[in-house]
Amino acid sequence: MTSPLEQKKIKITQPSVVTANRTWDGAVIYRTATGRWSTELNEAAVVRVADEARALLAESAADDLGAVGAYIAPVEIGEGGDIAPGNLRETIRATGVTISLPAQEPAQV
Amino acid sequence: MYAYDEIDRTLINERVSEFRDQVKRRLTGELTEDEFKMLRLQNGVYLQLHAYMFRVAIPYGTLSSKQLRRLAHVARRYDRGYGHFTTRQNIQFNWIKLAELPDALADLAEVSIHAMQTSGNNTRNVTSDQWAGVVPGEVEDPRIWSEVLRQYTTLHPEFSFLPRKFKFAITAHPHDRAAIKIHDIGLRLHKNEQGETGFEVMVGGGLGRTPFIAKTIRPFVHGRDLLSYVEAIMRVYNRYGRRDNIYKARIKILVHELGIEKFGAEVEEEWQQIRDGSLRLDDETIEDIRSRFSYPTYEKLPHMPEELRKAAHDPLFERWRRNAVFPHKATGYSIVTISLKPVGGPPGDATADQMDALADLADKYSFGEIRVGHEQNLALPHVARRDLPELWKALDAIGLATPNVNLVSDIIACPGLDYCSLANARSIPIAQELTRRFANHDTASLIGRLHINISGCINACGHHHVGHIGILGVEKNGEEFYQITIGGRADEKAELGVLIGPAVPYGEVADVIEDIVEAYLALRAAPDELFVDTVKRLGVEPFRERVYATR
Amino acid sequence: MPLVRGGKIQNDDYVHLADDAAPPESGAVLVSAVRFLADPESLLQRRQKVGVIWPNNRDIEDLLPYVERLALIALVFPSFRDGRAYSQARLLRERYFFHGELRATGQVLRDQFVFMLRAGFDAFDVRKQADAEAYTQTVKRYSVFYQPTGDGRVAAPFRRLQLRHSESAGL
Repeated sequence: MTSPLEQKKIKITQPSVVTANRTWDGAVIYRTATGRWSTELNEAAVVRVADEARALLAESAADDLGAVGAYIAPVEIGEGGDIAPGNLRETIRATGVTISLPAQEPAQV
Repeated sequence: MYAYDEIDRTLINERVSEFRDQVKRRLTGELTEDEFKMLRLQNGVYLQLHAYMFRVAIPYGTLSSKQLRRLAHVARRYDRGYGHFTTRQNIQFNWIKLAELPDALADLAEVSIHAMQTSGNNTRNVTSDQWAGVVPGEVEDPRIWSEVLRQYTTLHPEFSFLPRKFKFAITAHPHDRAAIKIHDIGLRLHKNEQGETGFEVMVGGGLGRTPFIAKTIRPFVHGRDLLSYVEAIMRVYNRYGRRDNIYKARIKILVHELGIEKFGAEVEEEWQQIRDGSLRLDDETIEDIRSRFSYPTYEKLPHMPEELRKAAHDPLFERWRRNAVFPHKATGYSIVTISLKPVGGPPGDATADQMDALADLADKYSFGEIRVGHEQNLALPHVARRDLPELWKALDAIGLATPNVNLVSDIIACPGLDYCSLANARSIPIAQELTRRFANHDTASLIGRLHINISGCINACGHHHVGHIGILGVEKNGEEFYQITIGGRADEKAELGVLIGPAVPYGEVADVIEDIVEAYLALRAAPDELFVDTVKRLGVEPFRERVYATR
Repeated sequence: MPLVRGGKIQNDDYVHLADDAAPPESGAVLVSAVRFLADPESLLQRRQKVGVIWPNNRDIEDLLPYVERLALIALVFPSFRDGRAYSQARLLRERYFFHGELRATGQVLRDQFVFMLRAGFDAFDVRKQADAEAYTQTVKRYSVFYQPTGDGRVAAPFRRLQLRHSESAGL
């Protein structure tokens, strides 16, 4: 999970999406095929080659007001066509931290 | 505790107004993210994996109960009910919304809390010994000087756009609890032969990709020259620090590339021009700052009060007392460390409820004062020994009495890949598993003082380089792996740890640590030889053998 | 890009000369450091205002011999994140007593105005029209300053002592 902030070249080795954080509240968002952002990974536009990815990223990054820090993230496409995160980092972004939050569990003594 | 005056409060409020305007301009599109990013960083606002993260300053780790309650309020009202105390005595909130930040800042400003310069390429929180003002053997309270520095560095017009971040730490005790040697400027307060207060000034410490232990640039700078000398260092850095490569932009690189002699000469040349100027601190100015620090009026209390004598029969109380209670300079008082490292819990976190409860306990038992340490624990600095039994019961009820301070399960960890967008691997679950493996407090006591530091990436926010055992998360083929180092130290004998071998996968880390600890127990010369001293004596080899024999 | 000087948007009376262009008959000229240092006298002898654009990665000390004869020194912020010109500005004002116009150029945004003023700048080549128009409002953002610079404003430590003295004098 090398930070994608260190992405210099765009290389696509598997299906990917463009993801970012929503500017006003920081929520995780995905770029859709209709030029919008969605918080649902299943609504994300999937790209499969570098040129497509570059174009989608450029188009997303142009929305400086709505989204922050857009980058290309790998996904896995299931048999039914549903989109799942393609690495641990994206899993954490999609589903939350892998630990329980302190306020949800009483501390053990 | 420093009492903010009208001047201090005005500055904080003006800052909040400015940031409110900046957020507004961002959300209307008047400011691009590229223009806004540095502005939000200067107010402690990061973008993380899931959300924004908000880092609030706790200057030199001192909080009033009122302030702690307000932090709890922010956690509840603007976040998910908890906060995380960091290795720089700050607190972080992980789920904050940008649009609500100005309100959160305004709420904090009401109790003189701010988030100025907790991020960005400027001068960060001045950290110090969390036992300042109360520990026996201290030269004088370093927080006075921390406050002098805090004010001097806040919104400094010349140094707000440095090549990279800049961190100060001050200690005034032979045992350095502030890790000054891994800071950009580390200050060791002491007195010269004439009995005058001054500082050994060290520069160029820092961890990350290229870790360095700070080097002494001047063995004694008189207190009145502190600010002019610091200005000279900062000016040389601002002018000549590298700006072409963020990995080579810290002052430690400049010091390394020039050499400490040449760097020292540059600073000296600059300093000679300004030392007698307006930054020279006169006694009156120092006295003014000192006068706004209030200290409790201690009662004359016995060292062994009846309450304590009676409670000695309770083995659980005794275990906690022997672990978490430290001597105080006033007879009949003690310093109590509050472990934020419960078994199975994420290190350094506290819920809003715990914060509120602790604030009440501080009012009742500690003159309303709380401290934050860089090892991600808290402390109550003025507890009467007769109150220890009652305090313990109350702490135990809210999960803040884990008797593992400074032990193997008192782990320092960065937030890691669960939160941080820079991370390569998770750190918190590793810490949690380790606390479970070493959950038996008697075993942990037997092992003795052992600092484990975990960082989720090379930026080293967990200070893994200077852990007795250091764990660094790396990525290999999409999997989480961890490099293990041993023999590091962060104190006055600061040293970088040594790698013991190839990185191990996530699932094996806890086993490896157990192996290392077992090796230590077998090899130590005596029960009171600390892990870090055994490593010093024997080197890394015996540990490497034990760990990698079957791997 | 609007020039803010004397607290308001003004026309720039300096003609920015390319390195190989001849200076006009009369009028203020602004030249690069390279051009200026190649033959400073030829420009200074015109007895018209001369300004120099000084790069932020060159020691300001090299300009010292001419500081008293220059009407304008323009310092550069190639990115607003690059703060080297703040040091250059303070040295020019506070150590070398430069009294002419000290102009901030490059990526100059409103959120740096207060810092720049405190460092000694008195003219701003502002990137955005809206920022130039917001200048007067923006510079009022802060009334408290912790550290003394050459801008003449009383820094907090001194203000406190003043207050203390006036209190004890019963004022």
